[in-house]
Amino acid sequence: MSASHSRRQHDWRGVVAPLLFVALWQVAASAGWVNTKLIVSPLAVLQAGWQEITANGFAHALAASLARDLAGFVLGSLAGIAFGVLLGLSRWADRLLGPTFHTLRQISLFAWIPLISIWLGYTDQARVLFIAVAAFYPVVLSTHEGIRSVNKAQFEVAQVYGFSRWQRLVRLVLPAASPQILTGLNLALIYAWLATIGAEFLLPSFDATGVGATVIRGRAAFRVDVIIVGMLVIGLTGYALNRLAQRLEDRLLIWRGPAH
Amino acid sequence: MAHAATLDIRNLGKLYPVSGEPKPVLENISLSIKPGEFVSIVGASGCGKSTLLRLIIGLEQDYQGEIVLDGQRIIGTSLNRGIVFQEHRLFPWLTVEQNVGLGLLNSDQSPAQRKKAIQEHIDLVGLKGFETAYPYQLSGGMGQRVAIARALVNRPEVLLLDEPFGALDALTRNYLQQELQRIWEQEGITMILVTHDVEEAVYLGDRIVVMQPRPGRIKRIVDVPLARPRDRGSYEFAAIKEDVLQEFGDGKLAADLSVRRPDPVSAGEWHFAW
Repeated sequence: MSASHSRRQHDWRGVVAPLLFVALWQVAASAGWVNTKLIVSPLAVLQAGWQEITANGFAHALAASLARDLAGFVLGSLAGIAFGVLLGLSRWADRLLGPTFHTLRQISLFAWIPLISIWLGYTDQARVLFIAVAAFYPVVLSTHEGIRSVNKAQFEVAQVYGFSRWQRLVRLVLPAASPQILTGLNLALIYAWLATIGAEFLLPSFDATGVGATVIRGRAAFRVDVIIVGMLVIGLTGYALNRLAQRLEDRLLIWRGPAH
Repeated sequence: MAHAATLDIRNLGKLYPVSGEPKPVLENISLSIKPGEFVSIVGASGCGKSTLLRLIIGLEQDYQGEIVLDGQRIIGTSLNRGIVFQEHRLFPWLTVEQNVGLGLLNSDQSPAQRKKAIQEHIDLVGLKGFETAYPYQLSGGMGQRVAIARALVNRPEVLLLDEPFGALDALTRNYLQQELQRIWEQEGITMILVTHDVEEAVYLGDRIVVMQPRPGRIKRIVDVPLARPRDRGSYEFAAIKEDVLQEFGDGKLAADLSVRRPDPVSAGEWHFAW
């Protein structure tokens, strides 16, 4: 109990380093130690951020990125859990599909881009598919591992109480594997957000908005302030998503007790 | 009150493959257990006493001879046979009441009946107030109580206990033995206890089946004609305990304590698949 309590309290020490850095950065820019075309001041970044939000529909761009991220994450995770369960429960499926899976996952995610763009064009479907592929792998691996580690003695309990196959899956296998599955989902959430920005860079189209697209626009216009605004928002969003996921995981795994 | 079962074991034998060759772990076991009787089975490690329980519960198959419960040959597991293992084997992600509820998962009772039965059995094992606790919050003894409630909640005809208190400290063990006796009297069902603790066997059993190893067979059956609750310090109690211990006197017990019996779960490279 006390462990989860103290985790909930914020430790503000983590903010000290960035604040010092920003202060130094501001001083360097104001004092003219650096070329302010390449290294704009924090104040200019703030102004650019404000302008992006008020005039350029930045909230809309962020929402578009998040929607893609979540769509890809959900698709990839569900497919990943299903495939991981199949590999984990059926030795036959593991023998048949395992080697193919382990070979395919050696292919860099970025190598999928040309194929995806040829199939689906520079569309949102293509971006979501790319994100889903990114989320898929960690979920498959962790689900597989979680299911293999289910205690055999507990299967005997299921047998004694006459569990059906479905009951074994939803009342024993999935809950028993849930710690590993949730670890995989956490990882998938990180990968999906990285892939979201990657997809906006590598599968761009003039009508697609997004935080990644905003950064590209900043590059095209030689607006370092806009680039930095985009980067900051990407980082903070990823951080917020993972904090949220961590909270949810702690809540779901409360049965493991404070030792974990 | 649950209907108590008659269990008839006739010429039971069981072979296990040991390094490729089938070796007998049980040979020529015959035992008839009356409804509501409490039978203790004692024996050294490797005498097949746990295998015998696993055959009766239906977790092991492929035996010779017959195991007949109320005239019906045992095939596989069934809700009218309950078991408590040496480890509680609770599902850690479920609360106490949810774990007990597993015993009713496939019963045909209404939700209201289930709720009532679950509460009754939590009360029966003395865990009122712990309904929403998770297993990590329970002591070893409390975990075994939950396991007993889970095994009894569907009112089985026979309850099998596989060294249920073996991993507990002496004080908790004594206390749970009293509790088990109270539950047995209250529920009136047939119970079969496998143990390596002779005192536990004498304290609880109407009869004590003494087994000997390689191959596992019945050496002797000792009656315990003492009134309950039994006084562990009495002369009669000590005499019966001594009598049973004499059966191990030929040195086989000490020699066999170091021999690990084949682990039935890993023995057959068992895997969950469909």
